[in-house]
Amino acid sequence: MAQQIHLEVVTPAGAVVSEDVDIVNAPGYGGDFGVLANHAPFLSTIKIGMLTYEQNKERSSLMISGGFSEVSNNKITFLVESVEFGKDIDVDRAMKAKERAEKRLAKAAAHDDKFNQVRAEAALQRSLARIKASKVA
Amino acid sequence: MPSLKDVQDKIVGVKKTSQITSAMNMVASAKLRGAQEKMENFEPYANKFNEAMSNISDGANTDSFPLMEVREEVKSIELVVCTSDRGLCGSFNSNIIKLAMKKMRAYEAEGKEVSFLCVGKKGHQALKKTGKVRVQYLDIMGDFQMFNAREIAQDAALNFTNGAADKVEVIYGHFKSVAVQRPVAVDMLPITPIKGEEDPADTEKQSGDYIYEPSTEEIMDVMQPLYLNVTIYNAMLQVGASEQAARMTSMDNATNACKDIVDDLTLVFNKARQASVTSELLDIVGGAEALKG
Repeated sequence: MAQQIHLEVVTPAGAVVSEDVDIVNAPGYGGDFGVLANHAPFLSTIKIGMLTYEQNKERSSLMISGGFSEVSNNKITFLVESVEFGKDIDVDRAMKAKERAEKRLAKAAAHDDKFNQVRAEAALQRSLARIKASKVA
Repeated sequence: MPSLKDVQDKIVGVKKTSQITSAMNMVASAKLRGAQEKMENFEPYANKFNEAMSNISDGANTDSFPLMEVREEVKSIELVVCTSDRGLCGSFNSNIIKLAMKKMRAYEAEGKEVSFLCVGKKGHQALKKTGKVRVQYLDIMGDFQMFNAREIAQDAALNFTNGAADKVEVIYGHFKSVAVQRPVAVDMLPITPIKGEEDPADTEKQSGDYIYEPSTEEIMDVMQPLYLNVTIYNAMLQVGASEQAARMTSMDNATNACKDIVDDLTLVFNKARQASVTSELLDIVGGAEALKG
């Protein structure tokens, strides 16, 4: 059997995932990255997006909000503010949220409203990540 | 001597009060369990966070971050006072407020300006009299999430970076155990680099040859606001659990006090009843004697 890496996803409300997995793919600050067993020590910030991991060819996906991740001693830890499992995501709701966010973004851009622009942008990112994560699961 | 009826009414009243206090005791103990669980769930996140934070701040140049800037002249200080929204929990809130007032007086004696950021209604009620409350966040202690803490942390950070405050401290009730809660004050801003605890067994792991993506500086930019969130969230969790624990203790005391009062009143009641029986008997006997003539 191939070597595995221990994955931990921790939120302020407790540990969500704690498993040995084959590969982890995550949305890093500078783009998506993949981590396999025995990766070198590594620390990266995480954007809102989709986290996937494979375990015996079985793929799971999570929508995660921003935070950071740390790899050390064949263990990868994600510290993020919130997590949603791909299989639990309500796609219709996420779609609606996406449309809403797009409208808000357009409106904020038209009024040159920086504050609301940033907020709408974040909401859009979240809904996109949800849709993406729900499709994989 | 109070009349029989008066004493009886009083006993009924006190018994009803004790029903309420014992119910509140039970509610508080149920809520305490929830609050403690929330606190325990947060622990792995906080531990891991602090570990990573100390790893990274070992390597980073700390002068260049606005949130770490140690000002030479500290003129104004903001105190983030975290209390509960509800009362009836003994001296828990007043102890926190007392500490806040003590700090305020000490700083003002040094000629510094003090402002308050109140989290929780009770602190605001007491501190608004000083006229120094800058902002308040009320009615959020019942059910709060990380994003509530973030809002408060961002507010405090902005106030610091725009120069309105040169130092920020958090005052809250530390949950030591169910029986002991202590008001404490911790520094929040400027952020002091956390030194990793030297654990000899861990040295190999902590050697810190990390690959950072993006640079350490940019990671710090993301982590520092998170660190403030963690600090505030932790304070709120502690206050949440302490409040319920303090309420449990004080309601237990109140229930016991009620029992004592009922016992005392029952004694008075029995005495009064006996006195009336005796005086009635005396009347009858006296009347019979008179008839005999």
